[in-house]
Amino acid sequence: MSYNPFVLPFSIGLVIVIILILWKYFRWVFSHEKAEQKKIVKLIFSFKIFSVIKEIFMEVLLHRRIFKINPVLGYMHSSFAFGWFLLILGGTVESKLHSHHAFNMFYEPIFFKFFSHNINGFPFANGFKFLMDLILLYILSGLVLAMVKRLYKRMFGMKKTTKLRLVDKLALTSLWCIFPLRLLAESLTSAQYHNGGFLTDNFGNILAAILPVNQLEYPAWWAYSIALGVFFVMLPYSRYMHIPTEMVLIILRKAGFKTEKKYTGFSRVEVQSCSRCGVCLDACQVYSATQRNKMLPAYFLQSVRFNKKGKQGLTDCLMCGRCQEVCPVGIGVNAIRRVKRNEVFDEKGAEFEYLKDSDSKTKKADVIYFAGCMTHLTPTIKKSMVNLFQKADVNYWFMDEDASVCCGRPLQVLGKEKDANILADKNRELINNSGATLLVTSCPICYKIFKEEYNLNIKIQHHTEYLNELVNSGKLKPVNLNFSAVYHDPCDLGRGSGIYSQPRELLSKISITNKLENEKEMALCCGSSLANLPAGFDDKELMAIKAAEELCKSNPDYLITACPLCKKTFVQACNERKIGKNVKVKDIAEMLAEAVM
Amino acid sequence: MSKSVIVIGGGIAGMEASAYLSAMGFNVTLFEKDEKLGGHLLNWERLFPTKRLGSEVLTFLKKGMDDKIKVHTNTNITKINSENGKYFVTNHNNEIFEADALLITTGYDLFDARRKEEYGYGIYDNVITSAELETMFLSGKPIVNKQGKVPKRIGFVHCVGSRDRKVGNVYCSKVCCVTAVKQATEIREHLPDCETYCFYMDLRMYGAKFEELYNEAQEKYGVTFIRGRLSEANETIDGSLLVKVEDTLVGRPLKMTVDLLVLMVGFEPSKGTKDIARILNLSTNSNGFIEVVDEHTLTNVTNQKGVFVAGTTTSPRTITNTIYDARAAAAEIACYLNLYTIESRVKN
Repeated sequence: MSYNPFVLPFSIGLVIVIILILWKYFRWVFSHEKAEQKKIVKLIFSFKIFSVIKEIFMEVLLHRRIFKINPVLGYMHSSFAFGWFLLILGGTVESKLHSHHAFNMFYEPIFFKFFSHNINGFPFANGFKFLMDLILLYILSGLVLAMVKRLYKRMFGMKKTTKLRLVDKLALTSLWCIFPLRLLAESLTSAQYHNGGFLTDNFGNILAAILPVNQLEYPAWWAYSIALGVFFVMLPYSRYMHIPTEMVLIILRKAGFKTEKKYTGFSRVEVQSCSRCGVCLDACQVYSATQRNKMLPAYFLQSVRFNKKGKQGLTDCLMCGRCQEVCPVGIGVNAIRRVKRNEVFDEKGAEFEYLKDSDSKTKKADVIYFAGCMTHLTPTIKKSMVNLFQKADVNYWFMDEDASVCCGRPLQVLGKEKDANILADKNRELINNSGATLLVTSCPICYKIFKEEYNLNIKIQHHTEYLNELVNSGKLKPVNLNFSAVYHDPCDLGRGSGIYSQPRELLSKISITNKLENEKEMALCCGSSLANLPAGFDDKELMAIKAAEELCKSNPDYLITACPLCKKTFVQACNERKIGKNVKVKDIAEMLAEAVM
Repeated sequence: MSKSVIVIGGGIAGMEASAYLSAMGFNVTLFEKDEKLGGHLLNWERLFPTKRLGSEVLTFLKKGMDDKIKVHTNTNITKINSENGKYFVTNHNNEIFEADALLITTGYDLFDARRKEEYGYGIYDNVITSAELETMFLSGKPIVNKQGKVPKRIGFVHCVGSRDRKVGNVYCSKVCCVTAVKQATEIREHLPDCETYCFYMDLRMYGAKFEELYNEAQEKYGVTFIRGRLSEANETIDGSLLVKVEDTLVGRPLKMTVDLLVLMVGFEPSKGTKDIARILNLSTNSNGFIEVVDEHTLTNVTNQKGVFVAGTTTSPRTITNTIYDARAAAAEIACYLNLYTIESRVKN
């Protein structure tokens, strides 16, 4: 057995980090109920496990999703993750082949060159020399990119990078030291014993020409070991916790875990999977409009992780979901934010006395139409829908024609779940008593809560889906009005509910649709989201103007959307005073009503 | 040869300023885009707070216009050049007119109530604007709704397009409150059985005899004032309108049906004002009206030497104040053209 005291910092650090990580794993998993835990066991003993392994390999090591966002950024991340993995794997195989033992001390592969001066005499010895140096070079190239990134982030497709906490800075410094120190230590050894490959051997020779290598070698190995040890001890408290967490996230997600109503062990896994890579920064419209940054997932998740007080990060968010779309780890930050808002704000506040007075008259009908309160503020949409129902000869009941009860989602996104449920109960009762088989709404905000939280046993459609079906089945026969249009995806309909194709299909029948820079998953929010209370009128107007400018770049005749709130917002923004041109704004239902005249 | 002034816009301010300038001996040319002089005054039956006829004021203004004033109606301005302190104004027929000074009196347009979609203008039959009600008064025909029925209840919505950040207008249009009071009392005069409700934020009865008119509306005419902004209007089957309001004095939401809903539309800089501002490179203020050099002391002076403004071109104002302002502008122009030393106070 080879031993030298300099391995101690590394070894102690490694033991500490393993104990801490195992403790965390244990807590995450065992905070869930038995039935949930069984899902993990079930996953491990199913064929799905292969796809889990594949995803871990592709995402945790190769960082495929970051590659997709920006190849240079992806290369940088993968060089650290995959490179280091290869270095450990290669080192282990090399050291075992060399010692002819299947078991050796865990630190031996890490400090192999120190302990083994003569490393010939086993299969592929020279190949390993070359390979191990190549891998080290791979990592070092990534390190150079990481350093460049701190200075020239635009090269990596990023306008902004995250600000680091002290412990992150320490961890980052020790991480950045590890590989140059390994190069130095191995080169200094190789300079004396010539046991290095193309990189360390040549570099060692250069060092030997100018430095007393035999005196420097031992301190260099100490430094390398200390850098490793420091990094390990810092890891569980820093952003680098994402390294051992992300694979747990992948496993749990595949096993069917989700953040729903409570902050669970899985939520912790999601929170700690955030590496604060900063990809979400550029996606955030509140940030780009106001420069306020506390709500950015990179910082918000950190404040959740470390139980930071202060509500701004929690509340100053549109919950539009653009950040979730770009997150390379796929953290469901909206769900976490909702849970956290509930923890802070969910107390029963409102009495809703009007519910007692409001009549519970239900009409029997085939289709229920729920306009939603925002549609009542944009009555052209409502009138168009009524018109279309009549044209298609549908037996419908206009549920909120006179007395409307809010769907509850505006309260729900603000963390007032209990109040929202009171309203939802009332609506559910009305809907269930009608005997209808289909509920159609004009408002994506209502649509989302009907679909996800109401547990209705009837079909729920947004009017884009419904009208598209009516046209496809020939019940409505529109003429092509041949105007040019851009389609704006409302957040709750597009990203929130995955309805992208139906409005486009419908619109293509009555207009010529122009392409957009950001659409579908990356569509911009109109800025008026009900989820953000701290954003003032000016902030929201700024976001609306920025979005309107981009949407109207192609000078369309119409800006078409499918949400009364987006419509209201863009009507005020799409004029000469705000964006330098006048573009008419309409809901898709209004346009269709005109086309079936 | 006496100096010449071109006045652009033949409304109240343009007419009154032309009259004074001509009387002072200047050569005045007045351009008006429409067929007749008089601007918005042509559409108004009676004026607050006196309830005298608008046509009487128009007659007074016309009397001031002597024969020397060259009036060009149905005329649009396409280009204005300036050279050596002279202005050259080109009309849509490419005729060029020369002047030593310009007076811009292009005024205001009424707010397009369609932009306040929740009130249903242009969507529901019986939502009309204050200007349309005035047209009804002016026509002398009986007051009926779209279905031909005599309304039993009429609602007046204050501040439509004024003091409303959401539509981009933060300013008060100054005349709508008192117009609503005037129109509501007139309705009570025309239709004694018709209830009238005014939905207001606060009532700005700042002018002489405005407050008296408001008191009279309540005491003599029985107009009901409800403090609270309308949130939305819905059309019912018979064409009446269900309005939702929060009564902020009682502190509870209120629902009510009205047979006619009158929107008190505010002022916005007119298209003509915006066009002229662009042509002459005049600075505009945050509300889009033409900016004067000093709001206290140089109220008719623009950032362009020799270009003056009067009336609602710079901000909403009443007819009375527009007439004052037109006369003030005439005096200012006279000082400028005759090089009176008092003019040295103007720095630009």
